[in-house]
Amino acid sequence: MTDILRNRIILLYTVVLFIASFSMFSLEDNTSKGLLSLLNIILIIVPLVSIIFSTIYTYNSSEFIELLVSQPLKRKTIWLSSFSGLAASLSLAFFIGAGIPIMVYQWNSIGFMMIAMGILLSIIFVAIAMLAVVKTRDKAKGIGVAILLWLYFSLLFDGLVLFLLFQFADYPLEKPMIGATAFNPVDLGRIMILLQMDVSAMMGYTGAIFKDFFGTYTGVIFSFGVMLLWVLVPLWFSTRKFNRKDL
Amino acid sequence: MIIASNVSKKFGRLKALDNVSVTCNKGECIALIGPNASGKTTFIKTILGMVVQDSGFITFNGNNILHHWQYREQIGYMPQTGRYPDNMTIGHVMDMMKDIRGDTVSLDEDLVIAFDLKSLMKKRMRTLSGGTRQKVSASLAFLFNPFVLILDEPTAGLDPVASEILKGKIITEKEKGKLILITSHVLSELDDLVTQIIYMQEGKICFHKSIEELRTDTGEERLNKAIAHFMSNQQK
Repeated sequence: MTDILRNRIILLYTVVLFIASFSMFSLEDNTSKGLLSLLNIILIIVPLVSIIFSTIYTYNSSEFIELLVSQPLKRKTIWLSSFSGLAASLSLAFFIGAGIPIMVYQWNSIGFMMIAMGILLSIIFVAIAMLAVVKTRDKAKGIGVAILLWLYFSLLFDGLVLFLLFQFADYPLEKPMIGATAFNPVDLGRIMILLQMDVSAMMGYTGAIFKDFFGTYTGVIFSFGVMLLWVLVPLWFSTRKFNRKDL
Repeated sequence: MIIASNVSKKFGRLKALDNVSVTCNKGECIALIGPNASGKTTFIKTILGMVVQDSGFITFNGNNILHHWQYREQIGYMPQTGRYPDNMTIGHVMDMMKDIRGDTVSLDEDLVIAFDLKSLMKKRMRTLSGGTRQKVSASLAFLFNPFVLILDEPTAGLDPVASEILKGKIITEKEKGKLILITSHVLSELDDLVTQIIYMQEGKICFHKSIEELRTDTGEERLNKAIAHFMSNQQK
């Protein structure tokens, strides 16, 4: 969909990411420090932009989707192609904006993991956004839901987990913690990148458990699998809902 | 060609369609009229499969349309307000539609030429006026030579010249034996177009008559007078 690529916001997003990542790398003399600062930005900004942009874009193209439905096309095809259009363009924006600077400064497994996680996160939040759109008819409400979802994944979830950790501090919680991270793709991405950076020592005993689990081959497979599920499950639900929706 | 039997649809508590049964045949030009919110657009959308009815069924050429989508190849639809992606040009939209239909042999570009859209092909949809968008929608509906044309308020927002062109086009298509469904509020416009009238109110079909029948029943020559006659009779 050339329409999305031409969109000014996407271009702006790419440029901002590009500038942010380059300046992060040049501000810090140590590139891995720069990477760490960049990590935080990516984990906050990427989901936010993906979810808000996709929500607004899907709402604005609703009339066009309506027109497409009146054409000889399967509804599933329409929905999935609008998803892949959004996902592809946001991933591309991330790849150009953040991926290229990362590859210039960090041509190793950390950089690679970061790019992979950024792209996966973009796609996940497009899928979540489209689910939010198909569930709520009202535009303002839908955008509100999208922002709440982002808030939940970026901030509230961590708060909740911390709260539980303190409440149940006397119990061995390491195993459930691993399970808990699976419920938040942002956390999963963060852990995957941090483990690659070998700073997991900073995370204390829990960090060691994480390393034990996520550091292994199965752990990596597991987390990629979970992230894929985070794409597929919302996508499946939204397609099902869209198939039966009145336009 | 299109047969609807006992189609009902509810939006929450509102009954948008209430036991609607209609038969539409080839070569007819049917006007769907009625006050606002009488279910005209909803009915059109159920035919197009955009709204799924709660009960009843619709067949197109003898096939139930539920869960089938291929039948829409034979329908050209012009929506009430056509909106397209802002950053696409008219040319892109046309190309995309041709891509979807996959049939570029029997294109009918009469309206594209008549509306002089060729010179606007490079314009982005965002920059177009409402009337030009309507012209694009109309051209797209006729472009693929469909057997059935469904036009939702076709002349709203068009200037007199353009709506005359469109009316002329509708008449030529009617004479080719196509089925045409029009909704409109401007009754005087429909006079020389339609052969049958469906009058809807509150989701129900009040009558479905040919225009001659209506004229003899009400004794009025002009369509808007005939309808006015009918409406005032109903209120009594």
